[in-house]
Amino acid sequence: MTALAIEHVSKSYALNGVQRPVLNDISFDVAPNEIVSIVGASGCGKSTLLRLIVGLDEDYRGSIIQGGVSDTKAAKVGMVFQDHRLYPWLTVGANVDLAFDASNLRKPERLARVHHYLQLVGLSDYEKAYPKQLSGGMAQRAAIARALAQEPDILLMDEPFGALDSILRMRLQDELLSIWEKNRVSIVIVTHDVEEALYLGNRVIVMEPDPGRIRDVFEIELARPRDRADPRLAALKQRCLATLVGREALS
Amino acid sequence: MPERLHTPRRLPLGAVLPLAATGAWAAASMTGMLSGPMAVSPLEVLTTPFLDASGRELWLSLLATMLRVLVGGAIGGIVGLMLGYAAGMYRVASLGLAPTVHTIRQVALFAWIPLLTAWFGNGEGTKLVFIGLSTFFPLFLATEQGVRGTPEKLVDVARTLKLKRWTRVSKLYLPAALPSIYVGLQIAVLSAWIGTIGAEYAIGNGRGLGSYIASARDQFRMDIVLVGVFALAGGGVLLTTAVRSLTAQLSPWAQDQS
Repeated sequence: MTALAIEHVSKSYALNGVQRPVLNDISFDVAPNEIVSIVGASGCGKSTLLRLIVGLDEDYRGSIIQGGVSDTKAAKVGMVFQDHRLYPWLTVGANVDLAFDASNLRKPERLARVHHYLQLVGLSDYEKAYPKQLSGGMAQRAAIARALAQEPDILLMDEPFGALDSILRMRLQDELLSIWEKNRVSIVIVTHDVEEALYLGNRVIVMEPDPGRIRDVFEIELARPRDRADPRLAALKQRCLATLVGREALS
Repeated sequence: MPERLHTPRRLPLGAVLPLAATGAWAAASMTGMLSGPMAVSPLEVLTTPFLDASGRELWLSLLATMLRVLVGGAIGGIVGLMLGYAAGMYRVASLGLAPTVHTIRQVALFAWIPLLTAWFGNGEGTKLVFIGLSTFFPLFLATEQGVRGTPEKLVDVARTLKLKRWTRVSKLYLPAALPSIYVGLQIAVLSAWIGTIGAEYAIGNGRGLGSYIASARDQFRMDIVLVGVFALAGGGVLLTTAVRSLTAQLSPWAQDQS
């Protein structure tokens, strides 16, 4: 069973009348409850790929099938962007509440869930705060709460910790993993940080640019919780970087 | 600014000029420099709205004018808001509406009066339509611009969260357009105030600050004319201040963190 199947997806933009390919024949599956990391240099189309999956852009060739839990119900897809993208005129609680707009939950139930998800990301005390009153890391956690509150089957994350400092990034990675363990959700996380990709992923897809395509796939069969200092991760990092930079350059 | 600490209760700088002008005016009328049938002293202007029978008309006139500003302004403003929203949201509406609106906007507001009186008569209808026109344009333009300026990134969020249509309007596009709408509102309220007085003055009948001044002029009552002029200034300041404090209260997210 797959949660998400990407089959032969290609995409190109018209630039000055010339078609410029950005994604070329991308295919991979995501299993339920699996974390797939996608790494690649900027311009390899990894963010574009997420936009296609979540449905922000429908102009592509190939097929994207969201498996879902059953055949009758379509899978829900949530998205966390690199910047938090909270609505500045709504409180943190109201921002998270937007996630229930498409559902027909009643008000008290919605309120309870807002509490729950804010607690999950450690922001219980900030429900009534406005986004500008939060630090960058807190705002990003609120954005994660908003995406999780949709109770998605698939969570897409576009460099969600990219703008944060490295200590905060490690903390949020661990928080993400603990949330992932509590909620059955498949995660596709796009990053340019190889260590992050390896630490989080069950599988790491390495992409290369011009046009964006899959260069290699690494299965990470290390048990969780993983040790960031594990020599096997270091070895994988070497291989991954070699693939990213190009074998010739490193040998 | 350390010298500020040493001057706790000084006259606001802005009050110096009007007080000096009033002083000169009072001196001129007391010494007899200012004389003749049209000369009035500041004291007369101050007492007229309370003691004089015709002068007392001021309060009801002011009330009538304010009411007219609110009703006419609200009608024009709401239509402007809705059409501006449509023009900001939908390409079709923008292409269909904007050229007409931008062309009609070039017609000076008071040039409408002959046409409007021909269409709606000399009564309240013409005045309300006229005031409506004066608020329609600033709010249409401000709303269109504000809605169109909604950050694309926040629109993406609305799409990934599959927000309902009304939620998008109330929680995304309107709040995003609010700063622009507020600027439009401040222009609109001033424009409505000037437009209302103008319409009352030009059409002449009925109660209102404009007709108050017009009839005083016809009776050569300069004191009442001056009372009316001061009421104009005061009313305008009052409306602008009210709009400004109202808009500040309506957007708590824009305030500094406390």
